[in-house]
Amino acid sequence: MIKATAEEIAAQDFDSIVSSHRPQIFRFLLASTRDVDLAETLTQDCLLKAHRNWSGFRGESSVLTWLMRIAINLQKDHWRNRRMQFWRLTRTNAVDLNEASDWLPSGERTAEQRMLAREKVAKVWQSVENLSERQRTVFLLRFVDEMELKEIAAMTGMGEGTVKAHLSRALARVRKEFGKDTN
Amino acid sequence: MNRNDENAKPAGELEKLETLEPDLREALGNFKASVDAWSDAMMSRPREANAPARTNWSAVTKWALGCVVFAGTVSGGLYQNHKQVEAAKVEAARIAEQQRAMEAARVTNADEEDLMANVDSAVARQVPSALQPLATLMTDDEATGN
Repeated sequence: MIKATAEEIAAQDFDSIVSSHRPQIFRFLLASTRDVDLAETLTQDCLLKAHRNWSGFRGESSVLTWLMRIAINLQKDHWRNRRMQFWRLTRTNAVDLNEASDWLPSGERTAEQRMLAREKVAKVWQSVENLSERQRTVFLLRFVDEMELKEIAAMTGMGEGTVKAHLSRALARVRKEFGKDTN
Repeated sequence: MNRNDENAKPAGELEKLETLEPDLREALGNFKASVDAWSDAMMSRPREANAPARTNWSAVTKWALGCVVFAGTVSGGLYQNHKQVEAAKVEAARIAEQQRAMEAARVTNADEEDLMANVDSAVARQVPSALQPLATLMTDDEATGN
């Protein structure tokens, strides 16, 4: 009876964790893959894996860090498997870069400003597309999820210095491509 | 944990790099806003619960059996037709052979008849009548009975 109660509490805890962190995990995976179905599948896999290992979570890092680490590893595994299964490369549901930039909220902008902003967002998407896998992960965690370098280091399993290096290179590349197109 | 830390050379430049130009800062802000909006829209959209695609084994079995029966019927019919065609060919060949044999036999018989007729006529010409010697001894009156 006591065991059942402990399990119930654990399940309730996990439910609240899922509802609070699911959007963040999904957002990161969606930005990484630009594929809604894939992002949903990987998010589900991440939460399933977390649920299975929930009893083993020792609280050495925050729950979000732990979950994001799982999500990043699942994403890596997915791309690795995709490279191995080269015949599946043609079957991707990733949306077009322009389509991805269509989601820019209109705000209080004129139509022209909206169009210009959308073009710039499309350029950022294009730059992100050209980054290496690690650079993209670090860049998205920093500029979409607004994580601190220390958190990114914990999530990616890289040293803080390495994270800085990747972020620096990613930013330089984005800046270069962004400047090249806008000037 | 600290692997690849040798890559940290440009880390000191990060602060400089993260001092973004207003244009890029705005673009990155809009980029984040667009990702947030997209993600929120996808999270809150009504989703259809599609049942996982299960293999309908009974339908598969029915189809397989149907295919087997169809293939059996078609191939049986074809085999039967083929057999009939072959039998007809053999029969036709047999009849043709029979006709050839009959024709040959008819020709042979005709030749024999001709030959026999020739022989008969030749014999009739060459061989004297058995009463011929006696006839020569007889006078014309005896011969005529007068």
